[in-house]
Amino acid sequence: MKETSLARMSNLLHALGDYGMVVMLLLLGLFFSLVTLTEQQPTPEVGARELAQRIKANHNTDSVVWIVIRELATDRAFAESLQQELNESGHKQIVQVTGLPRDARQELEAWQQRGDHIDIIAGNEITSNWLVFSNLEETFPGIGSPQIYRPTSYRWPNFLKQDNLLNITNQIAVIAIIAIGMTVVIISGGIDLSVGSLIAFSAVLTCLLIRDWAGSLQAGVVAMVLCSLIAILVSAAIGGITGGLITFFRLPPFIVTLGMMLMASGSAYLLSGGESVYQIPDGFVWLGRGASLLGIPNAVLMMAILYLIAHLAMKRTRWGRYLYAVGGNDEAARLSGVPIRRVQLSAYILSAALAGLGGIIMASQLKSGAPTYGQMYELYVIAAVVVGGTSLSGGEGKILGTLIGAFIIAVIQNGMNLMNIESYTQKVILGLVILLAVLLDRIKQHGFRAH
Amino acid sequence: MPMPASQRPKGCDLSEMISPLLEMRGIGKSFAGIQALKGVDLVLQEGEVLALMGENGAGKSTLMKILGGAHLPDEGELKLRGNRILVDSPQKARSLGIAMIYQEFNLIPALSAAENVFLGQEIIQHGLIQHEAQESRTADLLKELGMPFDPRTPCQRLSIAQQQSVEIARALSQEAQILVMDEPSAVLTPPEVKRLFAIINQCRKRGLGLIYIGHRLDEIFEIADRVMVLRDGQPAGSFPIDQCKRHELIHCMVGRPMDQEYPKRKGHPGPVRLKVSELRRGKAVQGVCFEARGGEILGLAGLVGAGRTELARLIFGADRSEAGTIQLDGRTLSLRSPAEAIAAGIGFLSEDRKLQGLITQHSICSNFGLPNLNQFTRAGLLNLGQEEASFNQYAETMQLKRHGPKQRASHLSGGNQQKLVIAKWLARRCEVLIFDEPTRGIDVGAKYEIYQLMHALADEGKVILMISSELPEMLGMADRILVMHQGRLTGEITHPASSNQQAIMEMAVA
Repeated sequence: MKETSLARMSNLLHALGDYGMVVMLLLLGLFFSLVTLTEQQPTPEVGARELAQRIKANHNTDSVVWIVIRELATDRAFAESLQQELNESGHKQIVQVTGLPRDARQELEAWQQRGDHIDIIAGNEITSNWLVFSNLEETFPGIGSPQIYRPTSYRWPNFLKQDNLLNITNQIAVIAIIAIGMTVVIISGGIDLSVGSLIAFSAVLTCLLIRDWAGSLQAGVVAMVLCSLIAILVSAAIGGITGGLITFFRLPPFIVTLGMMLMASGSAYLLSGGESVYQIPDGFVWLGRGASLLGIPNAVLMMAILYLIAHLAMKRTRWGRYLYAVGGNDEAARLSGVPIRRVQLSAYILSAALAGLGGIIMASQLKSGAPTYGQMYELYVIAAVVVGGTSLSGGEGKILGTLIGAFIIAVIQNGMNLMNIESYTQKVILGLVILLAVLLDRIKQHGFRAH
Repeated sequence: MPMPASQRPKGCDLSEMISPLLEMRGIGKSFAGIQALKGVDLVLQEGEVLALMGENGAGKSTLMKILGGAHLPDEGELKLRGNRILVDSPQKARSLGIAMIYQEFNLIPALSAAENVFLGQEIIQHGLIQHEAQESRTADLLKELGMPFDPRTPCQRLSIAQQQSVEIARALSQEAQILVMDEPSAVLTPPEVKRLFAIINQCRKRGLGLIYIGHRLDEIFEIADRVMVLRDGQPAGSFPIDQCKRHELIHCMVGRPMDQEYPKRKGHPGPVRLKVSELRRGKAVQGVCFEARGGEILGLAGLVGAGRTELARLIFGADRSEAGTIQLDGRTLSLRSPAEAIAAGIGFLSEDRKLQGLITQHSICSNFGLPNLNQFTRAGLLNLGQEEASFNQYAETMQLKRHGPKQRASHLSGGNQQKLVIAKWLARRCEVLIFDEPTRGIDVGAKYEIYQLMHALADEGKVILMISSELPEMLGMADRILVMHQGRLTGEITHPASSNQQAIMEMAVA
């Protein structure tokens, strides 16, 4: 009887904990939305269209319209859109004034001397506020009394701007992809400290292969893909050695991966001679900077696909269940017929291979490979996994939790950037958040008791 | 500790006037609205051994946790020699002279016996621990307990019985007046149990009051002065041991009459199915040969360390044999891992369900599914619905008490955990089932159900190997008994029904 209610209570707490991370992410998003709420200008095209509507409504087609812009691409886009809209509605007398306030003043003087009048002065949020236009009736009484039009601004959080959100996802792609492997390793009862160094190693190796073997700047797509695959395979092989040492010689994962971390990092410096390798073709940035489907960055798309596969594998395959079993109780798992060594080995191979992939994405984002990449990433990755609710003692955790954990960390970093918090303070806050998350997890599992 | 003479009332009959050593009156405790204990009275006299009995979940441990300061009672009071006491922490309990010895010992493996005995109350002079003084005191205590061994030995190198004596020595060194022992004999061999009882008698002579929690009736009748039974959190009876009969005690515990402890069965052993010859591994198993028939419950008796579990692990592929063959239905098996043994149709129910049988923090359904996942896999993907349906089906036939498939295995009682392990092997269609201590830590009612299940399995023609240190269980359940000693088979009892414990013991120490 007693155990019934206890069991129910702990189940309830677990369910709440699963939602808890999502709620935390939403709350963070809400917080940063509120504090970054600012005046926003519409895009040139949208602003021009809205402005044209108002002009059409208030003025007839005979009115003389000035469109004042600077010599900038965005301004020109604004002017062109506006001109087109007005032309379509029958306006004939449209004049574009391009340049600095000085140019506008000269033009105004010229119009005043000729005795021409102006009805409307349209500009964007900058040009329409030029001082020149502030007191026209007194300074240029000869041109009539033109009305000044500017696009309507609106209030919207910087945090929620599409660019910013895409930016967040793009920035966490590398960490989130590697965190898949880390989640798998941690659920199986281990830890992998070598992933940060493997990023550097794989980035350097890929770029070196492209530079020295695939034809440097002239390298073709197939060759580049091949170089990337080789780097991933080499990383996976390193993971195989790591896993082999851990499973067959029963060495502690912490020490083995610590050793691998130093070796991989050192090798990256040795291979590259300590310099970054940048002699690679422009096409190489497709993975890191490109966006081929509906404007979603390729790296983000890749991340999403990998998470789907991993989620399915963990939940719906034998391999996934074996991972949980091995991490939960390896002896009981072995006596239930689980090939525990093979399962653990596969976890380390996967982790290393994904770290290799992460290195390639990073090299593609930065269009070069340097041995300095990925420093401290292992810690951010572990933090994402733990914040996502995976237990460091193994046997428990969720792949999608890790994705949320990665987002939580990225959102905090991004939000602090938007709030102009300096980077040292950011580190302190991030550390606090990680501690808080682990503390909450502990309380969720064991209550407030010390033992 | 006997009371100093000065405190005793003069000129009265002592036995009537002195308040009992410990009184617990009207103890009630509920957790999250559920009554775990209600109106429980417990009285313990000096120099008395009180056996506390009851099924799992009857409230024995809750009552003892209240005594030990781990829980505060909602109702009722505790008196020590007539004085009301408030036990609000384990530290307080210790300072009042209440010592608890749990099944899992509270020893630090790397520290020596003496260091463990004096942990937290070190003998210190000039800020330094006086190791020699501690060691000589420990040696004295151990000698008094009849377990003389070097007090400098690290606890990890001590036998279970020796570790237990370290725990008792610690209690004595802390001037304990009340000693609570939770199933102390469960981990001991019969000779070790004998020695434990000698120790308990020592304690009794010193005037300690002992509370002995246990399931084995024979032992209770041997050691206890009085027995108290709890059922569903309430007192179900308390009687002097010489006024109570076995079946009455069982009746009292389970709340229904039980005529027999072991279900009746007429075995019909079929043809030989499992054949083991010349199996060897180190000193533990030295050339064991035997045959087991379908429909037969074959008992493996012997002392702890005789090599029974080691032999079972060889047959299950958990360890590799150095020589010898295992044949099942005429087919020779070469087993390099449990996975291969399972594939061949062998299932193993280990003595330690929590560490080896189950992944306790995972759900009961996924524990059930673990060896059976290939049955539920189509095109590489698991069919979770099918797994759950299969689980429910087996759970139903086993009468597994559960809240749902997602319940954690740790929240099952011992008997239901054992049923869960049986269910997972049955779903795997195992033909040979090795039960290692099948009813350890399982209460009387559930034991009977496990026995019935074992009978049913044997009747289906499966081979059942049973290892048990409880000789009555061995004699009551097995169709045939093999006795092991020091890695070898030393005897066979073909008609257990007409044999006795003495016969087994003679072969086991031969």
